[in-house]
Amino acid sequence: MVDWQFFALLLSNGVLIGLMYSLIALGFVLVYKATDAINFAQGEFVMIAGFLVAVALGAYGAPLWLAVALALAVMIAFGFGLERVMLRPLIGRPIVAVIMATIGLAAILRGFGPLMWGAETKPLPLPIPDEPIVWGPFFIPPIQLLGAGVSLLFLAIFGWFFLRSRQGIAMRAVADSQQVAMAMGVNVERYFALAWAMTGIVSALGGLIWGNLLGVDVHLALVGFKVFPVVILGGLDSIPGAIIGGLIVGIVENVAAGYIDPWVGGGTKDFAPYVLMILALMIRPYGIFGKQIIERV
Amino acid sequence: MLALNNIEVIYDGIILVLKGASLNVREGGITTLLGANGAGKSTTLKAISGLLRSERGEVTKGSIEFHGERVDRLPPHEIVRRGIVQVFEGRRVFEHLTAEENLIAGAHVVSDVRRVREGIERVYEYFPRLKERRAVQAGYLSGGEQQMLVIGRALMSRPRVMLLDEPSLGLAPMLVEEIFGIVQRLNREEELTVLLVEQNATLALTIAEHGYVMENGRIVLEGSADALRENADIKEFYLGLTEVGARKSYRDVKHYKRRKRWLS
Ligand SMILES: Nc1ncnc2c1ncn2[C@@H]1O[C@H](COP(=O)(O)OP(=O)(O)OP(=O)(O)O)[C@@H](O)[C@H]1O
Ligand SMILES: [Mg+2]
Repeated sequence: MVDWQFFALLLSNGVLIGLMYSLIALGFVLVYKATDAINFAQGEFVMIAGFLVAVALGAYGAPLWLAVALALAVMIAFGFGLERVMLRPLIGRPIVAVIMATIGLAAILRGFGPLMWGAETKPLPLPIPDEPIVWGPFFIPPIQLLGAGVSLLFLAIFGWFFLRSRQGIAMRAVADSQQVAMAMGVNVERYFALAWAMTGIVSALGGLIWGNLLGVDVHLALVGFKVFPVVILGGLDSIPGAIIGGLIVGIVENVAAGYIDPWVGGGTKDFAPYVLMILALMIRPYGIFGKQIIERV
Repeated sequence: MLALNNIEVIYDGIILVLKGASLNVREGGITTLLGANGAGKSTTLKAISGLLRSERGEVTKGSIEFHGERVDRLPPHEIVRRGIVQVFEGRRVFEHLTAEENLIAGAHVVSDVRRVREGIERVYEYFPRLKERRAVQAGYLSGGEQQMLVIGRALMSRPRVMLLDEPSLGLAPMLVEEIFGIVQRLNREEELTVLLVEQNATLALTIAEHGYVMENGRIVLEGSADALRENADIKEFYLGLTEVGARKSYRDVKHYKRRKRWLS
């Protein structure tokens, strides 16, 4: 019973959702690339941003643009502040110290969000239609289209930044060797802060889109778990990798859920990407686009 | 113009490496700092460039002055802005950046984009081979090209003083001569002051006017390049010419054996 229409539907859904994963993964990649820190609180950043938008809209009746601007501003400031307060003292310490710190931060944020704004699920309404767009075999919810569009836009912007701009080149230089970058007059700490601020931007956008899709409560942070298969597949430090990894995860989980869920009663979406991740680790540990150690012979 | 006054450097709060070293870098000249492995030459350069701190080292005594200003407390990017740039030993290119991106990264303190472009062209004039290889990832360049790239990259910050750490290390003699020739041209044409750390004393003393010899964290000998070349100890220990009856050692014979390894 191969139903190609059904398959096309799963595929298109997977692509759109996948791009939305890419956006969040981008936040993770930016920080890893520039600072070597592994941010286990990426999903919690998204959750906090979601709370900010939902509360500004719901409780204060702010217009959407203001709520989004507020979330962006707060998340950027949060990124800068976090680098200053928590991460800078950890520079030069073993990588485990940073990992533990971000895991701790994740737990704190998961407690802080509901404590501050209430545990109930808040809607995050966006002025877009609910009716799916039907186009041939495809069946596309507008929010997914918006999410994928925003993701592509920002992936392109950050991609350009890294490849072409002088600051982007400096940031990659920092990623290659902090000490040599310092010797070239790069203020390394400022670039660390910039990377965290960029993660703030990405998280704010992620919070907006995913908050609309899932509603805002503590469970919104769970989208962060999709980041790991995405970045392991794509390569921890690669922007194209985040895109490809996101697409793969989105497609695989949708297709797997579409075909396997009816047999096992659900849940495939959550574990299929991880099966893939473990396979990827065994076959290609630095990911599809990850930085390889250059060895000249 | 650049003066180190009796500086002491300690790593990790306990490892004393420089034990009161003083030296003077003359404006517009090439000064060389010679010494055996582990003498403290690279440490001296890092003390000047402010990069000691990234290795948990610290200038604990003495002072470093540049044009009369104390610079030993400044962070590295401030030192670069004042016109002092360090070229590390071991050809430390940004491996994953292309050759040209390495140059752009080197110009980080130059804000005017036009001057960055000019700088790149200037580097390509001195090192035509880099122009051919501009789009190649620096990690895949040959050793000689990498050495040229790190010197070119340092030039991009428009320095007044370049601290050059063992540019000859691991390169074929022909290439070393080429690179030394270019350093000499930079010194003359760009009025670049150079502090050259070398193991290859013969070559260093041919392009430098003045030299220092460091041993165990102290300056043990200083003089004009001509005088150093004629000095019996230098001849014996650093140039590999033994004179019968020459004084035996600054320290002891063991040192002598150790030094022999890097005679060239
Ligand atoms: N980061 C560090 N921490 C602790 N000790 C260090 C550090 N860097 C250098 N040292 C020690 O300081 C001493 C001098 O090292 P330095 O690198 O300055 O020597 P050098 O003269 O440049 O030698 P070489 O010719 O081998 O490059 C050595 O004994 C070395 O072990
Ligand atoms: Mg050295």
